[in-house]
Amino acid sequence: MSAAPLHSRTPPPDVFRPRLALRRRLGAAFAAFCLLLTLGALGVLFVLLAQVLLAGWPWVSRKFIANMPSVLTPEQAGMKSAIYGTLWLAVLTGLFSVPVGLGAAIYLEEYAGRSRLARFIQFNIANLAGVPSIVYGMLGLAVFVRWLRCDRSVLSGALTMSLLVLPVIIIASREALAAVPSSIRQAAFALGATRWQTVRHHVLPAALPGMMTGIILALSRGIGETAPLILIGALSYVPFVPGGPLSDYPLTSTGLRQWLSTALFDQFTVMPIQIYDWVARPQPEFHHLAAAGIIVLLGVLLGMNATAVAIRAWQQRRRT
Amino acid sequence: MRKDRLGRRVGLAAMLCGLCGLPAASGQAPEKLSGRVKVDGSSTVAPIMMAAAEMFRAEQPRVDVAVGIAGTGGGFKKFLEERRELRTDINDASRAIKAPEMARAAQLGVEFIELPIAYDGIAIAVNASNSFCDSLTVAELKRIWEPDSPINNWKDVRLGFPDLRLKLYGPAPDNGTFDYFTEAVVGKEDASRSDYTASVDSNVRVQGVAGDPGGLGYFGFSYYEANRDRLKLLAIDNGDGKPIKPSLPAIRDGTYRPLSRPLFIYVNKEAAQRPEVRAFLQFLFANAPRIVENPKVGYAALPADLYRAIWSRLEQGVAGSAFADPNAAGRTLPELFSGQKK
Amino acid sequence: MLRGALRKAREAAIHGLLLICAAVSIVTTVAIIAVLLSESAGFFKQVSPLDFFLGTRWAPLLEPRSFGVLPLICGTFLVAGGALLVAVPAGLATAVFLSEYAPNWFRQVAKPVLEILAGIPTVVYGYFALVFVTPHVLKPLWPQTEIFNAASAAIVVGIMTLPTICSLCDDALRAVPRSLREAAYALSATKLEVSTRIVLPGALSGVVAAVLLALARAIGETMAVALAAGMTPKLTLNPLESIQTMTAYIVQVSMGDTPAGTLEYQTIFSVGSTLFAITLAVNLIAHRVLRRFREVYE
Repeated sequence: MSAAPLHSRTPPPDVFRPRLALRRRLGAAFAAFCLLLTLGALGVLFVLLAQVLLAGWPWVSRKFIANMPSVLTPEQAGMKSAIYGTLWLAVLTGLFSVPVGLGAAIYLEEYAGRSRLARFIQFNIANLAGVPSIVYGMLGLAVFVRWLRCDRSVLSGALTMSLLVLPVIIIASREALAAVPSSIRQAAFALGATRWQTVRHHVLPAALPGMMTGIILALSRGIGETAPLILIGALSYVPFVPGGPLSDYPLTSTGLRQWLSTALFDQFTVMPIQIYDWVARPQPEFHHLAAAGIIVLLGVLLGMNATAVAIRAWQQRRRT
Repeated sequence: MRKDRLGRRVGLAAMLCGLCGLPAASGQAPEKLSGRVKVDGSSTVAPIMMAAAEMFRAEQPRVDVAVGIAGTGGGFKKFLEERRELRTDINDASRAIKAPEMARAAQLGVEFIELPIAYDGIAIAVNASNSFCDSLTVAELKRIWEPDSPINNWKDVRLGFPDLRLKLYGPAPDNGTFDYFTEAVVGKEDASRSDYTASVDSNVRVQGVAGDPGGLGYFGFSYYEANRDRLKLLAIDNGDGKPIKPSLPAIRDGTYRPLSRPLFIYVNKEAAQRPEVRAFLQFLFANAPRIVENPKVGYAALPADLYRAIWSRLEQGVAGSAFADPNAAGRTLPELFSGQKK
Repeated sequence: MLRGALRKAREAAIHGLLLICAAVSIVTTVAIIAVLLSESAGFFKQVSPLDFFLGTRWAPLLEPRSFGVLPLICGTFLVAGGALLVAVPAGLATAVFLSEYAPNWFRQVAKPVLEILAGIPTVVYGYFALVFVTPHVLKPLWPQTEIFNAASAAIVVGIMTLPTICSLCDDALRAVPRSLREAAYALSATKLEVSTRIVLPGALSGVVAAVLLALARAIGETMAVALAAGMTPKLTLNPLESIQTMTAYIVQVSMGDTPAGTLEYQTIFSVGSTLFAITLAVNLIAHRVLRRFREVYE
């Protein structure tokens, strides 16, 4: 390296300027290109929605949501059993997967440190997130339906779906927990709190909105699944809701227990399966029904996503 | 009091109907039943059972009949589950029960009653713009579809056909229609060329043929019926020089050969003794022609006396499959089932 | 004293409970491996592993039978590779745009929309491929496109994985310290040059890890591919033809007609094991790359 000071080696004055204009233009072109691709991605969504809306909107009505499926009179057919089945599945899946998922995330993020066990569990979870959903169906059939004797019921379906969405919940919750500034934890420890007290009273409330987003997104993935549930034994034509009409049961606590135990072990169907069945029929009325079903399903999913967005916005408002 | 008189009148009617060998028409069961009937199996047969379930619900609203479409083989898996509580009551099948399944049934002690329920025709269709081909012989079909077939162009099918690429559309292997077609046309089950466009969904096959001028495909007759304006049906010559087009009458009386196939339901003998299952089956058989040939279902009904003979099998609890007999291959349903009263 | 001891006991109990929650994932993996391997063992007793892994004809359900899995692996990678070709440039460009260029309001709108894209059920994507992508996008450009083809499946799987790549790359890009960017600006670099010559190379490990994770997801994608790519196992690199992936095959047989316990049925498990092994390998590589990425900035 020469010993001459840098400031004495001034570059000729015309080296940068022309290239600067070119570089700026390139920059603008790149920005436009990125924008185009982004809009392209968003545009795909709109095309998809437009297609489905065109085919199915005329068939979506109150009747569609309140009626049972019908083979003989497609004009009168509805998705009631499928909607109830999906709701039961979503609630039960949430009940099973959320506590376990949160527990695992809290353990990995707050308790485990960087031990080999923790890294192994982490890798394991990332791997499980990539396993095809139908393998979970095979697992659920072997473990829940046969071995644990839960029959081909809503319960088996929910347990299987819980395993499916668990990795996603754990990963999303870990991100939420990691985003909580460590100063909060340090302050609690400094005041003599135990680890659990810190987590329970300080970290968890701060991370909760982010966790909720992850949970909702994981559940919406579980709702859209078809193949594993067919393997578990979800049916295609179910003219009843799990547990049968509520009027069958007395309004007492024993009645409630009866209803729960019957409903949990009852046969069921879900919206994607009903749609899948309708699409495969030859008669065109069923195809319109399928499109209407997709609209309702997307409506439910959009609702869940909107909730996630609202929670995120509320969380950010709280922060600032 | 009123219920008593009604009950007696219905009982008399039922007795009279029982004498003619048919279950009481429109299933006037004396009391309101409740319970669950578990049906699963072939997605081809499922529309029949779903229609029957829907109509039956109007009569017996407290009996819940749920239908699945796990496939004929998948349905047999559920029909022959290890644990009794997990077994389905009725299995829909687009083919007769196979030897390994029969062996498993014997091993588990499950007695089943085999009940043919309808005829389905497999339609061979080409694109609507195809003006040169009106019929094909079974021999030509075999040459087109057999394993490693070199035929890729219409001109190789028959002298005089134009030079147009032949695009084949068929079901994926492991499907009742596929099994039946390969057995009936190529002569051996599962023997088929592998380079055709395979699809599980018949609607897609229809779309494929309808969109391809050189297309040729096969699927259930009801799929052709729903898409008449986009497809051209071919008449099939079974070797006697007389090509026959599939139609409900031709399928029903067996003149559309060899591509009319029977559809079955297999009933668990023990389950058939439950009143709600029996009532459902009674309803199904009493109204079979109406259910099977409903435009939303689209199959061909069996002749009335054949239904009677089949119903008596159930009444007498004749278990086992008529196809277990190696001599059964090639015989028609009436031959196998009418002469089977024990 | 007692309160201290009680508190310690409670802490230990909670620690144990949380550990059990985390261990559920290990139990799940063990169970999956057990289910897959036990049936595959039966399969490999009848079909030699060499025939399986090196054979080029997959016809377990047709006569004459053949059990070479290479066409399925080829089909899987054709679709997954194509999906990456769609998702990586678009996802990366979108991530760069959202993190470096876009105004805040645009990002607030774009992120939820991308998440919705990720949440749409896979069956809907499959039908979208069949009903829109093949007839209206592919066929006009290449008339010889078949009704089922790897390209439409690759496109929709790419769209499905785009949000994953986008958000992971976004995180990677943000992790690059501001000081690097500032230094480049101080040397009169334009925004484009900062993005491509400074930030991107700095985030490269993270981007590569994101790509590998998206690849794992694309490999495991089931319904959309089964609907769009077809059921014809074929050893080909032509994306306009109908092929079959490992996942589509598993779907076909498990929902089909094969009696349980037969050799044909056991093919589900041997193919499933192969799939699991491949996804595991891809995840291992991604994990190693991520570890290197983490170390650079800590």
